[in-house]
Amino acid sequence: MSTTLLGGVLCGVAVLLATGIAAVFGARRRLGSTLVYASALVACTALATMALAYLLRGSAALPQSALLPVGLPWLGAHFELDLLAAVFLLVTNVGGAAASLYGLGIGSHEPAVSRVVPFFPLYLAAMNLLVLASDAFTYLLSWEFMSLTSWALVMAHHEENDNRVAGYLYLVMASFGTLALLLAFGLLAPAGAYAFADIRALDHDHVRSGIVFLLVLIGCGSKAGLVPLHAWLPLAHPAAPSHVSALMSGVMTKVAIYGFIRIVFDLLGPPQTWWSVVVLMIGGVTAVMGVLHAVLQDDLKRLLAFSTVENVGIVFIGLGLALAFESGGIHSAAALALVAALFHAFNHSLFKSVLFFGAGAVHATTHERDMEHLGGLIHRMPVTAFAFLVASMAISALPPLNGFVSEWLTFQAILVSPQLAAWGLKFLIPAVGAMLALSAALVAACFVRAFGLAFLGRPRSSAAQLAHDGSPAALAAMLTLVAMCLMAGIFPGYVIDALSPLTDSLVGGHLPSQASAAWLTIVPIDQSRSSYNGFFVFLFTALAASLAAFVIHRVASRTVRRAPAWDCGFPDSSPALQYSAGSFAQPIRRVFGTLLFQARETVTMPKPGDVAPARFHVSTRDLIWESLYLPIARYVGFVSERANALQLLTIRQFLGLVFIALVGLLSLLAFTQ
Amino acid sequence: MIRDLALQFGQMLIVLMLAPLLTGFVRKVKARLQQRRGASVLQPYRDLWKLLRKDVVLADNASWLFRVSPYLIFAATWTAASLVPTFATGLMFSISADLIAIVALLGSARFVLALAGLDVGTSFGGIGSSREVMIASLAEPALIMVAFTLGLIAGSTQLSVIAAFMTSGDVGLRVSLGLALAALIIVAIAENARVPVDNPATHLELTMVHEAMVLEYSGRHLAVIEFAGSLKLLLYVSLIASVFLPWGLAPAESQPSQYLVGLVSYFAKVAVAGALLALFETTIAKMRVFRVPEFLGISLMLALLGALLMFVTRSL
Repeated sequence: MSTTLLGGVLCGVAVLLATGIAAVFGARRRLGSTLVYASALVACTALATMALAYLLRGSAALPQSALLPVGLPWLGAHFELDLLAAVFLLVTNVGGAAASLYGLGIGSHEPAVSRVVPFFPLYLAAMNLLVLASDAFTYLLSWEFMSLTSWALVMAHHEENDNRVAGYLYLVMASFGTLALLLAFGLLAPAGAYAFADIRALDHDHVRSGIVFLLVLIGCGSKAGLVPLHAWLPLAHPAAPSHVSALMSGVMTKVAIYGFIRIVFDLLGPPQTWWSVVVLMIGGVTAVMGVLHAVLQDDLKRLLAFSTVENVGIVFIGLGLALAFESGGIHSAAALALVAALFHAFNHSLFKSVLFFGAGAVHATTHERDMEHLGGLIHRMPVTAFAFLVASMAISALPPLNGFVSEWLTFQAILVSPQLAAWGLKFLIPAVGAMLALSAALVAACFVRAFGLAFLGRPRSSAAQLAHDGSPAALAAMLTLVAMCLMAGIFPGYVIDALSPLTDSLVGGHLPSQASAAWLTIVPIDQSRSSYNGFFVFLFTALAASLAAFVIHRVASRTVRRAPAWDCGFPDSSPALQYSAGSFAQPIRRVFGTLLFQARETVTMPKPGDVAPARFHVSTRDLIWESLYLPIARYVGFVSERANALQLLTIRQFLGLVFIALVGLLSLLAFTQ
Repeated sequence: MIRDLALQFGQMLIVLMLAPLLTGFVRKVKARLQQRRGASVLQPYRDLWKLLRKDVVLADNASWLFRVSPYLIFAATWTAASLVPTFATGLMFSISADLIAIVALLGSARFVLALAGLDVGTSFGGIGSSREVMIASLAEPALIMVAFTLGLIAGSTQLSVIAAFMTSGDVGLRVSLGLALAALIIVAIAENARVPVDNPATHLELTMVHEAMVLEYSGRHLAVIEFAGSLKLLLYVSLIASVFLPWGLAPAESQPSQYLVGLVSYFAKVAVAGALLALFETTIAKMRVFRVPEFLGISLMLALLGALLMFVTRSL
């Protein structure tokens, strides 16, 4: 039984790979794409089941490893299944299975089917391989494989210029991230012993491990979407077909977070305090900037992508807290923060997938992503609207759904932090807590706006008037994930208990067992300190609502009259007079955006008697893009123009250059030896 | 067990019964302060009963969400209100949600209400929802920061434990408590749509927030939403009273006489808070909508300062 599970998992990944290769030949046929998605669905479901089975063994689960004779001849390909890998295997394949199910529904309607179907299972396989990889070479190879397959999927609709721009930026940022990881592994395994077991056994000095930490933060952070490395994410994630967007936002960012946890918590040895300072600051800024961008977006999918940036920030706040506690020697609190981060990563993979599926279903039937052209969809797409609503409430961290539990756990971890001795953290952590609270409140605003404008009100275009729900498979994918959101919110103790055993090996502490708490209450530290019972909150709210409705319908009144909207006596006839996306965001834009985005409003009022329309214009600037990306792009352009001259030299000059380079390198070697 | 259940359900009924009375009392005191006689303190009950029996006039394109929302808002607010200690601490279900969860539960109610404002697709509903979420985006973090301060002082975010700790006398005078109180009062005013943030008595389009969202509601739906509004006001009063005026609160497993003392002192505290609120509202003018963020920003900063003090030193 010891290695069979890993064998099964690898077989599942092999099925995904084989499906992808076979799909190249059969993708154009309708049956072909159905078979591919069905095969991916079966493989992902099997993988998720195996991961769950492994996870449920708890602390009794022993790591299983395998060595395949592929890859570098003297190294082979190492794979290992441990608790951390199992958690992310589960996240990957739950998201993968849902996306495959959704794909079954829309597959044949997808216009660029032959550019999507072969890469889809390969992309899933790449993420699975990355999670299982247990040596630097396999890890980097899977990382690059994941980047390239997802890039191909982003470019599926390459005839649109915006998508080509997004694909290019994504490719540049992905290469940059891989470069950082490559250098990190070079420093981690100076003697060329690339297996993770060998790296773990090494002792790294402070300076080196610090540099590796920064490189990993850049490498994994650029893939996860940490500010300021997030610029590609809101362009690339929405450009892909919606079920792939769901995978990129819901799963790939989690795989990147896995990459960070694996290297920093597992391979790198004991953390230093300043690491946590860096992670906490970046996490807090990411959360706030992500949600502020999201709340101002008009494009539904781009709004969701920015909200992914925000959620990655929340996960990194949890990871930063875990590093802070670990370096401060408070292991049980580190376990709490780590569980909070992992729980949030799991939650986000669930609800963000639903939201992207919903946006995809809306796009499939209306061909619109702009909220200014949507509205009233709750009447035309009731099931999609319901799923989108529950997922919106979950992502807004509202009880009794799952998003609240993970944020609550993060808050509880923050409240333990005054025990830390480091003075910098004493000032930083409350500020990060305020940022977390601010972003939680803004997310609610963001999703009131997203759901309210797209699904409520009156249709703002004829396309929105004629919308209809998607296929049963797509609806089933959404409803399954929504049910999981609700379950994880009502019974969070089981999720925490499933995540807890892995903290022992990573941070050397663990949470009290939640199964022993009465009435399914979760108690992260101590009963007298804090507790939360999602089941009771759900039960009370449901009972109180039904009781109120029942009593009122019985004893008071139950009649309903339909009439035109009241609207203070001035019902507006045109749907264009409803509150628009821009006007809804105006108060928040004025409060937060005036400084951060340099938002300026200009009103051009015609002179009295002039019949020209009045114009209202809002301009915003992305300061990170202007102050970081554009100067670098200019610098690269400048250098490459200068370097251009080197291409036009004579053969003697070339030889001379080679000679100078050789002498330079040799003298460097002589000095260092 | 049965005694615990009875106490818990007693508290749920007390908040339910008392909420409209508080609203009526505030209106009465306000009227007296303005040299008017004012309606009876029982008027809110009569209004609710009148609305409950009237037909619902539903806008043509209102969806199922519009019809379900009032009950959801009411249920979430009632659940939150019955988890805040009123006359006793250590009630049976107080473990289900700590202060952070109560704040989030109120957030759920607000989320649904803001959506209901957008459902019919009128410009009034939109203006109300959009201003409500802007106010909430500042008030909620301030409230969480207050929860941090209290949580660090009492070593628990459980309201029952905080209230018990405040009665114990180990607290003393603390700067951070004062900051938290100021922040909490500002948030309470904003969240309950009181002057100077919003005016519960007007239907003037340029100034209203809460009333704009519920403009399309009528009949029993409106009754339930107004009831939820009263419950929310009582919740904030109970919250401030249980943490900052904890005298008289009956500890867990008390004698009946202690519960009686708790009950009487609770009524007294609610009356004092209601009178102060009416006095405050009478003496201050409504502020412009875009002054509100500054007002709430003060609250957020005060709360953050209080939390920072607690992080840096345990004694302030």
